[in-house]
Amino acid sequence: MISVEDLWKSFGRQEVLRGISLAVEPGEFMALVGMSGCGKSVLLKHLVGLIEPDRGRVVMAQKEISSLSRRELDELRSRIGFVFQGGALFDSLTVFENTAFPLREKTRLREPAIRSKVMSVLEQVGLKNTENKYPAQLSGGMVKRVALARTLVRAPEIVLFDEPTTGLDPIVSNAMLRLFDEVHRRLKLTGILVSHEIPEIFSIVQKVAMLHEGKIVAVETPERIQNSRNPIIAQFLSGSPEGPIEYR
Amino acid sequence: MYRWFSMLGAWFIARLGRLGKTGVFFAHSLLCSVTPPIKFERVVRQIWFVGWKSMLVICLTAVFTGMVLALQGYPTLRRVGSEAFLGPLVALSLIRELGPVLSALMVTGRAGSSIAAEIGVMRTNEQIDALELMGLNPLRYLVAPNLIACLVALPVLASVFNVIAIFGGYLVGVRLLGMHASTYFGEMSNYVEMSDIVGGIYKSMSFGVLIAWVCCYKGYYCRFGAQGVSAATTQAVVNTSALILVWDYFITSLVF
Repeated sequence: MISVEDLWKSFGRQEVLRGISLAVEPGEFMALVGMSGCGKSVLLKHLVGLIEPDRGRVVMAQKEISSLSRRELDELRSRIGFVFQGGALFDSLTVFENTAFPLREKTRLREPAIRSKVMSVLEQVGLKNTENKYPAQLSGGMVKRVALARTLVRAPEIVLFDEPTTGLDPIVSNAMLRLFDEVHRRLKLTGILVSHEIPEIFSIVQKVAMLHEGKIVAVETPERIQNSRNPIIAQFLSGSPEGPIEYR
Repeated sequence: MYRWFSMLGAWFIARLGRLGKTGVFFAHSLLCSVTPPIKFERVVRQIWFVGWKSMLVICLTAVFTGMVLALQGYPTLRRVGSEAFLGPLVALSLIRELGPVLSALMVTGRAGSSIAAEIGVMRTNEQIDALELMGLNPLRYLVAPNLIACLVALPVLASVFNVIAIFGGYLVGVRLLGMHASTYFGEMSNYVEMSDIVGGIYKSMSFGVLIAWVCCYKGYYCRFGAQGVSAATTQAVVNTSALILVWDYFITSLVF
């Protein structure tokens, strides 16, 4: 469903991705972990064509991103959901309008059908009775749930989560992870979740990929990752400042 | 020596690349403004924002511009015994030059800065990326409505500016300095021609396009963080203002 082959990307002299190869099977939920600034978000943005690679291939739903025309890319993107780190909600629109936005702009659904769809998805993410609030009036957790609702309302086949729990307190963060798990199981989505919530995310994903210095260090099941003897993985999971990972 | 040439070449190529990017941005935005689907709701909202919300500042600057023109023009014309031509002096200066230019500069400061900041914040908060990932063209959604709105609003604002400023000139010339009202308005209608008015409208339309183009571009490609938005806003206002004055010379030589 998602395939990345030998992906390279530099910004100026800084090499961010150095030959990444990755595959996610249909229905699989993969966690992408690694130090801050190691290129996780850059990799996710390559998957939806927001960033063009210097070298390498990205294939999403059997379509190679770089070979698509603008229209084909838009069509493919309508099958993919992306939950941004900060939510990326439109601040001048209410929760309802934000959630209804993709339906109003991209479908020919009538207003009553849109209302019923939006209210249903807001209820699923636990945001009933907040539809008239503006993003500025919401807590961090609520903003991220609205972002999830806006993604789910389009019924995507693939969902990419870019640090959706960063900045949330542990209770809200765990509730959010549980919500992602529930949504993934119910809708049988294929997804990649970038997160620092370790070890909590291990209980909701089937595979874990670790990115370090622009390269994939390992792609394993959560159990194998947790028992890995690779010193980089071991240091990252333990959170120890001593080890092969240099930090600044 | 070779190093200097190489650096100069790299600088020149980078500048040329940026110029090309600006041109492509304009061409795409223009295409989105004339091909369906046009976001009428956003166009109307932006016309209200650029046009109606600039009205107060336009009226205020217009009345004082007209007043000072009369105050400076009357004694100067009197020296050569031509004070009767105060009306044409005020009207022609305004319609051909000051109305379009000053209203464009005012709109740049009030609405252009705001457009650049709004689009810049949307870029920083990844809202533009979100639009793209929904399969929506951000240029069609964010830039085209501003382009159409500025194209429509600027000639109207410049016309309002002219009328109010002529009234300001009347207040000083007729009410304060004792000139006869029929001389002020009579000579004006003798000397102002339709081509002057049409030329002024063309001018302000081109300024409208310039404001939308530069301000949207600066916001769209703004750097990240509060500093990025602030730099984009400043650059949008400074670059647009300078370009208005430069372009004014060329369009004046073309139109009049």
